[in-house]
Amino acid sequence: MGVKIFSEKCKGCKLCIKACPFNAIVMKDGKAVLNDNCTGCGACETSCKFKAIIVEKVEKETKDLSGYKGVWVFAEQRNGKLMGTAFELIGEGRKLADKLGVELSAVLLGYNVAGLTDELIHHGADKVILAEHPELKLYTTDGYTKVITDLVNSKKPEIILIGATNIGRDLGPRIAARLDTGLTADCTKLEIDDEQKILLQTRPAFGGNIMATIITPNHRPQMATVRPGVMKKMSADSSRKGIVDKVDVVLDKKDIRTVVKEVVKSAKQAVNLIDAEVIVSGGRGLGNPEGFKLIGELAAELGGVVGSSRAAVDSGWISQDHQVGQTGKTVRPKIYIACGISGAIQHLAGMQSSDCIIAVNKNPDAPIFDVADYGIVGDLYKVIPMMVEEIKKVKEA
Amino acid sequence: MKIIVCIKQVPDTNEVKLDPKTGTLIRDGVPSIINHDDMNALEEALKLKDRYEDVEITVLTMGPPQADVALREALAMGADRAILVSDRAVAGSDTWATSNTLTAAIKKIGSYDMIFCGRQAIDGDTAQVGPQIAEKLDLPQVTYVQKMEVKGDTVTVQRALEDGYEIIDVKMPCVLTAIKELNSPRYASVSGIFDAYREKNVEVWSAKDIEVDLAIIGLNGSPTNVRRTFTPDPKGKGTMIPGCDKGTVCELFNILKEKHII
Repeated sequence: MGVKIFSEKCKGCKLCIKACPFNAIVMKDGKAVLNDNCTGCGACETSCKFKAIIVEKVEKETKDLSGYKGVWVFAEQRNGKLMGTAFELIGEGRKLADKLGVELSAVLLGYNVAGLTDELIHHGADKVILAEHPELKLYTTDGYTKVITDLVNSKKPEIILIGATNIGRDLGPRIAARLDTGLTADCTKLEIDDEQKILLQTRPAFGGNIMATIITPNHRPQMATVRPGVMKKMSADSSRKGIVDKVDVVLDKKDIRTVVKEVVKSAKQAVNLIDAEVIVSGGRGLGNPEGFKLIGELAAELGGVVGSSRAAVDSGWISQDHQVGQTGKTVRPKIYIACGISGAIQHLAGMQSSDCIIAVNKNPDAPIFDVADYGIVGDLYKVIPMMVEEIKKVKEA
Repeated sequence: MKIIVCIKQVPDTNEVKLDPKTGTLIRDGVPSIINHDDMNALEEALKLKDRYEDVEITVLTMGPPQADVALREALAMGADRAILVSDRAVAGSDTWATSNTLTAAIKKIGSYDMIFCGRQAIDGDTAQVGPQIAEKLDLPQVTYVQKMEVKGDTVTVQRALEDGYEIIDVKMPCVLTAIKELNSPRYASVSGIFDAYREKNVEVWSAKDIEVDLAIIGLNGSPTNVRRTFTPDPKGKGTMIPGCDKGTVCELFNILKEKHII
């Protein structure tokens, strides 16, 4: 195991240094050499045009994985209502299942939720695996993990997709650990490899400037979580037909080691960044929390909502539910206006697929201008009021 | 009460900058820090130590020898014991393999009432290792802890949801994962820093020390593999609208109207 650089083949082009996410390759006497930072990840191998880098892997015996068939998506419901992510996963799962020529199943857990099955089928599921039990009414790690792993062990799907919500991110790793399989978090792109028919899971890695395509070659099911808002749902078609597979649930109260005493809805209105068509975001460049008033004014004029960078949240200027970025929400509105946001990688990861990005920043070299469709270099405290005025004019006209 | 806090040393991504020419990360001079959420986990453990007698805090990390600095910082803040699992054999681990290593280390530590992790690390954002340790130790877990209280052998936790929170009771031993809302981490005192380097000690354990099966750790033990990495195609540079006055804004809106964006 490990990475080897053959110095006689190395031309000193330094491409591998750029490809290395861990700063583990340095130049010595015009040749690339490895230092102790190397984790053996292999990111450098394909960067070398001269085949001077070889990543040695221990040949593992290939297991017979052919018994695993079908694509599953976890249809998360809360309080008898399906989460948007369920439909997004069905939309994406549909493509994968069609490519593989297999069935797409939505896995629905809860109590008295049979009424939701039609909706799942109309959005693209061939089958709904319905597991109902009083102990599944509310999500618990133990209850949901047991029921889903039991189902996987008996039905053997090849792929499971789970929404990366606060519940999905609690459940996914627990299931993967119990099944001893891999789980790729927060995928932004999923495809099926043409030859091997395995799942190619692409996600931002190492802070978001490099994308990594991850595979789970020798374990099944192949599991991935997908962030809400990243995949597109299909429109509902009420003529679609599917089957409901109601399964027996074996679950005892003592299987569940946590007690959910209460579910409290936050009094303040949740910020709906994911469904917003227009987002106006503020960052460190605002200089103070007052700046968000101005941001709010512009957002209101455009019928949009207020977003923010992590820097503004960390400074305590605005609450975290406004945060856009890798640790915040991933958004793709029609218009994204970034004000006083320099464009840290982790912010760009959450907004760069917006349809139209407008950036206002004092610094002409700010990275935000690299992803912006339109940029204005200037003081946001001057530019935004002019924009508000201009919108008012447009509206009156 | 015995608490194990799992931490990770990460590059401070707030300080990471892009090279405007190549679009790659500038890593030189980027400081390493204790991952944010892990600091919240450590702080909560320290608060329990402040409040109750007989609380013993062990901080545990897996990483390169340089992670010693992160453990010293945790000791300086008030942790009692620090363990670094460092071995070439664990390099390239995915979350499943990482949790195998940490689980083996926790088993070697032996007794614990609470295992506290941060929700996720800022360099990977997977949020998987905490729950996976819980599974491998067969312990109950509560993730996204934003508030908590210990009474007897029960922890009452507020678990954050996107639109509110749940109130959950869980009996110890258990695994908890902390989020930023839980507390504000303290700073190490000067005497604490002296102690961390002079009086206290970081124990370094190898894969052999923790008696872990080499087949389930490191790159080759990981179910997931990186097939390839690539830099996303940079979006073509957009249009910069010159100036910064009424005319500039006017022009922007004319373009937006022309393209039917507004």
